[in-house]
Amino acid sequence: MAGPILRLSGLGKSFDGNTVFSGVDLDVYPGDRISILGASGSGKSTLLRCINLLEIPDAGQMEIQGATVGEPSRSGRARYPERQLRDLRQRVGMVFQHFNLFPHMTTAGNVAEGLTTVRGMPAGEARQRALTELRRVGLEDKADTYPSRLSGGQKQRVAIARALAMDPDILLFDEPTSALDPALVGEVLGVIEQLANEGRTMLLVTHEIGFAYHVSTRVVFLGENGIYETGTAEEVLKHPKRPLTQQFLAEHKRFQF
Amino acid sequence: MTYNWNFHDVFVNWWALAIGVAGTLKLFVVCLVLGMSLGLVIALGRRSQNRPVRWLSTLFVEFFRNTPVLVQILWFYYALPILAPIEISPFMAAILGISLNSAAYSAEIYRGGIQSIEPGQWEAAKAIGMSGLQALRRIILPQAIRRIIPALTNRGVEIFKMSTLASVVAYVELLQQGKLVASLNFNPLEVYTVVAAIFLIILYPIVRLTYAVERHLARSD
Repeated sequence: MAGPILRLSGLGKSFDGNTVFSGVDLDVYPGDRISILGASGSGKSTLLRCINLLEIPDAGQMEIQGATVGEPSRSGRARYPERQLRDLRQRVGMVFQHFNLFPHMTTAGNVAEGLTTVRGMPAGEARQRALTELRRVGLEDKADTYPSRLSGGQKQRVAIARALAMDPDILLFDEPTSALDPALVGEVLGVIEQLANEGRTMLLVTHEIGFAYHVSTRVVFLGENGIYETGTAEEVLKHPKRPLTQQFLAEHKRFQF
Repeated sequence: MTYNWNFHDVFVNWWALAIGVAGTLKLFVVCLVLGMSLGLVIALGRRSQNRPVRWLSTLFVEFFRNTPVLVQILWFYYALPILAPIEISPFMAAILGISLNSAAYSAEIYRGGIQSIEPGQWEAAKAIGMSGLQALRRIILPQAIRRIIPALTNRGVEIFKMSTLASVVAYVELLQQGKLVASLNFNPLEVYTVVAAIFLIILYPIVRLTYAVERHLARSD
């Protein structure tokens, strides 16, 4: 079996002395779909943001495709030169809770932006690629629409297309449906499921336990200080072994019928 | 008592006023370009990671914002040549005073505009691999400038009107020429009325144009 695409060893982050998480070890293999669950404040989003270095981790190490990211420094904390940040972020696509589309660009412009500005692709070619990605998320007919005219679900699908356009090795979803009207959650989950069926590697922070069960190859439950429990969806979500996971799932299942 | 308005003597001297308008426009364009672009540089300086750059930019803003333009123009014209072996023309003194002052004001406008953009926009730009400069140029500034156009328009109008201050060092602009015509014919009422009207006639269409630009940029809303 090939090595992991992404390996986190002892990754940690704290803000002003408050530990958000620490000692996170995680190997992500091609085709893995890992859901990250945890109580609010357990650092799920921060972990994702550390993986594409929107937050700089202050302990541990990250390897992508076998190459260490960052450079060791005297303080013992890795340093991340600007060029490495940009390289890594192109290989790790991010989908945000609040979409963060560029409001002054059309949807095709949003999707093509990384290709033209970052990769230097000619505008015509980038637009074709953008249309391909928009077709994938079912929004080709909205190519020349500005984000302000889209529903939340459509916005999130454009954001997914924007991430896909960069051909990332891994996709990170940071609570992609939490900001959506309940009626619009389905269409976004549908797109994510379709990407899962294509065999894309992804890390998903979500509160949609049912969806996580359905789509994940692995589930990670984050506790106060790092990974609290991990295993297959069946193991963690159906037969959790540890009390906090059990409690969390009980809370989330309270009104399911 | 009724005053007999007599614009004849003003219009006889239209050529002198036309030269003044040309001088005003020249000063306006130079100061607008210099002030607005230097303002952006200073605004970025105030956001720099580099402490001395940040500090110098702040010093610049506070110095030029808190001293009168009139004093600055006089200072550059009369005082600077004493300190440095350079000849400063009235035009140059006026450019320095007005541009640097406008740069200080517009820097604050740009800074406010940039700060008003949601952090998520920076993050989304970085997440697709953009450098800070690319994010600024492609994502942040286009949105920020749209928001600050009304404030920048105000600044531009102000620069146009500040050009009259150049008359203090006898730079040939509209007010300076107006004074000349008024002193020849002893008709300040007519002359200054015409001078004010010319400012209005030139400025109003420019302002209308910025409204059109504003509407054009708002098409994505």
